[in-house]
Amino acid sequence: MSLLEVDVKNRANLGKPDFIAQDETPESVTESISGVIYGKTYLWWIVGLAVGSSLLGIGGIGLFWLLAKGTGVWGLNMPVAWGFAIINFVWWIGIGHAGTLISAILLLLNQQWRTSINRFAEAMTLFAVACAGLFPIFHTGRPWLAYWMLPYPNTMRVWPQFRSPLIWDVFAVSTYATISLVFWYVGLVPDLATMRDKAKNMVVKRIYGLGALGWRGAADHWHNYEKAYLLLAGLSTPLVLSVHSVVSFDFAVAQLPGWHATIFPPYFVAGAIYAGFAMVLTLMIPLRALFNLHAYITERHLENMGKVMLTTGLIVSYGYFTEIFMAWYSGNTFERFMMYNRMFGPYLYGYWALILCNVLVPQLMWFKRFRTSAFWLFFVSQFVNVGMWLERYVIVAMTLTRDFLVGSWGTYHGTIWDWAVYLGTIGLFLSLVFVFVRLLPALSMTELKMISPEGKSAGGHH
Amino acid sequence: MAQTFPRSANQISKVSLILALAGAGAAGALLFLVDRSPLHTKQGTFVNQEVPFSHDHHTAGLGIDCRYCHTAVEESSSAGIPPTATCMNCHKIIWANTEMLQPVRDSWATGQPLRWNRVNDLPDYVYFNHSVHVSKGIGCESCHGPVNEMPLVYQAHSLQMRWCLECHRAPEKFVRPREEVFNFDWKPSDVGMSQKELGAQLVEEYEIASLDQCSVCHR
Repeated sequence: MSLLEVDVKNRANLGKPDFIAQDETPESVTESISGVIYGKTYLWWIVGLAVGSSLLGIGGIGLFWLLAKGTGVWGLNMPVAWGFAIINFVWWIGIGHAGTLISAILLLLNQQWRTSINRFAEAMTLFAVACAGLFPIFHTGRPWLAYWMLPYPNTMRVWPQFRSPLIWDVFAVSTYATISLVFWYVGLVPDLATMRDKAKNMVVKRIYGLGALGWRGAADHWHNYEKAYLLLAGLSTPLVLSVHSVVSFDFAVAQLPGWHATIFPPYFVAGAIYAGFAMVLTLMIPLRALFNLHAYITERHLENMGKVMLTTGLIVSYGYFTEIFMAWYSGNTFERFMMYNRMFGPYLYGYWALILCNVLVPQLMWFKRFRTSAFWLFFVSQFVNVGMWLERYVIVAMTLTRDFLVGSWGTYHGTIWDWAVYLGTIGLFLSLVFVFVRLLPALSMTELKMISPEGKSAGGHH
Repeated sequence: MAQTFPRSANQISKVSLILALAGAGAAGALLFLVDRSPLHTKQGTFVNQEVPFSHDHHTAGLGIDCRYCHTAVEESSSAGIPPTATCMNCHKIIWANTEMLQPVRDSWATGQPLRWNRVNDLPDYVYFNHSVHVSKGIGCESCHGPVNEMPLVYQAHSLQMRWCLECHRAPEKFVRPREEVFNFDWKPSDVGMSQKELGAQLVEEYEIASLDQCSVCHR
């Protein structure tokens, strides 16, 4: 079966009643989604953007101080030369993975419930990658030379160290950002045309019109669009697995106890999807209530996301268990000490808080009552957000502070400037999300129309 | 209702795509070229000095050895800039009253050194040692160019890292017998060999080691 046939089948099967309210028509979809943009500005939106940009400002101050003084202000020193920078980088990159999984893999797997949430999750991916990218760039200490990481014809006659996983990161993350951006944009084109057509003001019309690339909804436009969209989905699919595998190599390729483990790539990928879905829920649940999108993001969507969290959470828990088992089974003194140190060393609170957040609390997702409750999903998501951050903290800080030689042991704590930049990226993320929901259709009108009862009976194909 | 865009928008959009790509390519090519050009490296640019000292006249014309003035070149990381006293060894007697040498006599009288403008300036993060290059048989000329023909000194090479590595990765292409280091007219054919044969032999003889580790220069 060709990709196109899969897609046609995919579209024809769309429209289980649960994924969209039955009284929705193509017109009502356009009205309510474009109404979010052309309607009035809500006070909560202004407050939300104000909070986001204030945090962003704190990040700006943090970066200013970092550039003025150097990376020493980040509490980095031997033996911990990677602190919050790598923790936050991995955390943000992981969060992005939900978008790619939803938009690519769920599309190919014919999962219609992706339709209402894919646009938003893809945007979230882009914003998360933007936040993630800041950390390694500023961690270099001289961000204006960050382009040295790229293999361009330079006057130094040296190439980047291709044997280093850090360089693999550069390629993995930049590929990921590029494909995610193109995928997101291609999906937006028909919706931008709708926005253009709904615009009253000529300037607004032209701005959306530029983005819509002359889309008229002709049959050949749809034909090319579907092909491009499916091909991009195919290109994105391996990225869901490869990006976080490469990120995990930053640790797994090093020969430190607690890092040098074959479980890392799958365990990181599962963790990334876990964190990503938690973040989608964190943002989606309030926005759904505030914009009154219950007709499009139904309980069934929430429940499915809860199921994905449960599954990936169990894989992550298995990863934690494997780490403990392998520490014992390896018979290696240093591995055993590392595990003992995690559980009972000076940072034991981090480890046990991680187990609470990532292993214990998400077990609530076994129960339909919690899975279908927006409140409880939001509650569990917050634990997962924190837990996934703690996971990276545990991996980075505990291994580096106490490695093979007692003489080289040290301590590590993030400074106020670490926190400032971390909060700053949260601010950047929130600001981008708020700007996005106000300027672009946060739900795909095109795809929602296809699953609306009328759109389906009209042939299921546009 | 009026059309959103005029008919010409079709052409403009296509042309702008091509222009954007061509513009990005041109910008890249421009950066590539400027980065390597004397605009950026200052290669080949004469540097004015308070006293227009001519290396051409003093070395090729009068036959003074490099080491008469740059006394530290064989023992020190820096070749050394001569004190005014070195100039006055001769210029107390010859050209003792010319206008041109007034700054030298002022310096001699007041004890304030002459202020020479630096020509070959490596970045501070590069460790460079003259003595090891001299003792391993790298001629002055290999880096400084034909100083014996320079009325005012200019930077003969780009001093970019790729230029350093040309030799550090293949020293046999540049190495010469130790005793010929200060000879600007030396050619490998003077000893009846090609640079290839001689270079291989000298690298062995002088035990010139692997030189392209980062920490050789960036300490």
